[in-house]
Amino acid sequence: MNNKTRPNEWYVSNFEKFESKLNGQSESFVHTIRKDAINRLNEMEFPTTRDEEWKYTNVAPLLKNDFLPTYSFENPKINSEDLRKYIFENFECDILVFVNGLFNDELSKVGKLPSGAVVDSLNNVIKNNPDLIKDKFNTLTKVQNAFNALNNAYGVDGAVIFIPDGIILERPIQLVYLGGNGTDKVLSLPRNLIIAGKNAQAKILANYAGYGDVPYFTNTVTEIFADESAIIDYYKTQHENTNSYHIDRTDINQKGKSVFSHTAFSFGGLLVRSDINSELEGEFMECNYYGLNLARENQHVDTHTFVDHAKPNCQSNELYKTILDDKARGVFSGKIMVRQDAQKTNAYQSNKAVLLSKTATIDSKPQLEIYADDVKCSHGATVGSLDEEAYMYIRSRGIPDDLAKSMLIRAFANDVVDNVKIEEVKEQLNHLIFEHLQRVEITDISKY
Amino acid sequence: MIKIKNLHANIDGKEILKGIDLEVKAGEVHAIMGPNGSGKSTLANVLAGNENFEVTEGEVIYEGKELLEMDPDVRAREGVFLAFQYPIEIPGITNATFLKTALNEIRKHKGEEEITAKGFLDLMKQKASILGMDPAMISRAVNVGFSGGEKKKNEIFQMLMLNPKLALLDETDSGLDIDALKVVSEGVNAFRNDKNAVLLVTHYQRLLNYIVPDYVHVLYKGRIIKSGGKDLALELEEKGYDWIKDEQLETESA
Ligand SMILES: Nc1ncnc2c1ncn2[C@@H]1O[C@H](COP(=O)(O)OP(=O)(O)OP(=O)(O)O)[C@@H](O)[C@H]1O
Ligand SMILES: [Mg+2]
Repeated sequence: MNNKTRPNEWYVSNFEKFESKLNGQSESFVHTIRKDAINRLNEMEFPTTRDEEWKYTNVAPLLKNDFLPTYSFENPKINSEDLRKYIFENFECDILVFVNGLFNDELSKVGKLPSGAVVDSLNNVIKNNPDLIKDKFNTLTKVQNAFNALNNAYGVDGAVIFIPDGIILERPIQLVYLGGNGTDKVLSLPRNLIIAGKNAQAKILANYAGYGDVPYFTNTVTEIFADESAIIDYYKTQHENTNSYHIDRTDINQKGKSVFSHTAFSFGGLLVRSDINSELEGEFMECNYYGLNLARENQHVDTHTFVDHAKPNCQSNELYKTILDDKARGVFSGKIMVRQDAQKTNAYQSNKAVLLSKTATIDSKPQLEIYADDVKCSHGATVGSLDEEAYMYIRSRGIPDDLAKSMLIRAFANDVVDNVKIEEVKEQLNHLIFEHLQRVEITDISKY
Repeated sequence: MIKIKNLHANIDGKEILKGIDLEVKAGEVHAIMGPNGSGKSTLANVLAGNENFEVTEGEVIYEGKELLEMDPDVRAREGVFLAFQYPIEIPGITNATFLKTALNEIRKHKGEEEITAKGFLDLMKQKASILGMDPAMISRAVNVGFSGGEKKKNEIFQMLMLNPKLALLDETDSGLDIDALKVVSEGVNAFRNDKNAVLLVTHYQRLLNYIVPDYVHVLYKGRIIKSGGKDLALELEEKGYDWIKDEQLETESA
């Protein structure tokens, strides 16, 4: 333990200084939320492994660091050429770029949008049109732990996507979050809000990437509202530098007949924790969670999901796959709640892990809480090594050991990757899989 | 081409192959028949290098080399090919990626250049046409969603693409309809020449009408208990295995 009494102290004591740098931003409605959050942060403790929800993930190493909040460090100068290293390319998209939680206007590029649609930074929206988001902002992510409070207190910017009723965004939106400045231990606290109206449709790719090798801490919060019959594909990729910390809290509220899919890829980070929570507040909707977590060396990657079925006739479907090498640790906890009203619920959850080394470990904890009687729920978890029969089959064609293993990794990851409906992103993700696991790459040559 | 001497193999400590002796020369076709569970697939898998089986005794000389010392991928690069009784699905890997990778590894092993994209495409089209396969299947994932018969055909397609020296065909005929059986047999016959050899496992004489074997062997309880010419298969079709089993018992007790 360090000699400080509480890790909160650093953040609480620096708040005034931070506040003084906010200028005009302290006038907005968000500032009340901010002040409330710093008080909460003062009152509450960061989670420890004694908390059930954090049993397998020890954040003490993270909390030993005093991360510098926004406005107390220099952001790296990044030009559009540098940016190419971090983004998914070769497809048409609108891009918003945030560097350590601050919006970078020059690197962002948003084309003409359908009337009423907004793809902009939170600050710009607060300045220009606060009423657009006022009744939604911070209504899903009520401060549940000290990390959420930290984001609320110090977060200054993030992405806002507003899609009016009946509007379909043709181009995917890529949200790029760069963390780190290469010299200081910094905080990156994106705060995002996505509001999809009735029958609205969009594909959103949230791309978290790391700048430099110095540790930093990305602590991000995203709220997503999908109104009736909206169809939202949300992809999240995370390749922070492997010395860094990444904590993500995403809350989703779905209304009747909407379809929401969350597909996540975790590559980087020393300690990664993602909480994804859905409230299904309506009937006949579909909620899909897919995820691929990769970790090697001493990485730790933890996904916690919670799907709350409140109304009848909904379907939720979760598929999480984890590949661990070296001494990496994986954690998966998936909670499904089926409330008394939620008859005819179909809820599926599957969690599969492949351990590439004997020293890698995974803890998996499915939790079903069912209060309705006419439901179909299932969950399954498997842990193993790569498929031996397929391994023999591939090698029996003359393909050597390392390439055969790469093929099996790709085969294992496939049903998660396949949910990405942007072809170019799919291929780049396959590339990242091999790059991250340091395996020989299998490139697809079937496209003549 | 291959000489198997007193081959014994176990799985999970249970002896399955109990002393197999068999020689196959270039240009020959040998058929292995025998009741379920007699060890036919085991023999094919041991030759292909499946590490689930433990060889406890015996030796296999393939093209003058110790086959059992080689890893399965090395055996394949040296020209051994096994068409699986139950082909495996590999999601996310297209037939094209799979076969081009395999082909190039084999070529590398022989000191040849990698195949060009055009060369691969032409080869693929040519081999697919022998089997009447839709060339579009090359961009589908290996065996994923293929019907039982399509999977078997795909094994033969792979064989034609990789052009091995020794083809081990494990019940490639089962699950094929009459037309497919004909097409697959034509594929095997197109493959045959005086420099390669085929060892085929089958339960049915029918296949042997199309692919005429030079020798037929009966495998029973891990041993070859009878060998003969192509007529032996006809006799088996007619009389079943019991008469050989009886013969075997007589010789054992003698
Ligand atoms: N993985 C395994 N684990 C345990 N026993 C096995 C395994 N594989 C094969 N065996 C056993 O070995 C014996 C021989 O099996 P094999 O598959 O070689 O028979 P086969 O002659 O090919 O039969 P079939 O005609 O039914 O294909 C059988 O008794 C089988 O149960
Ligand atoms: Mg068999």
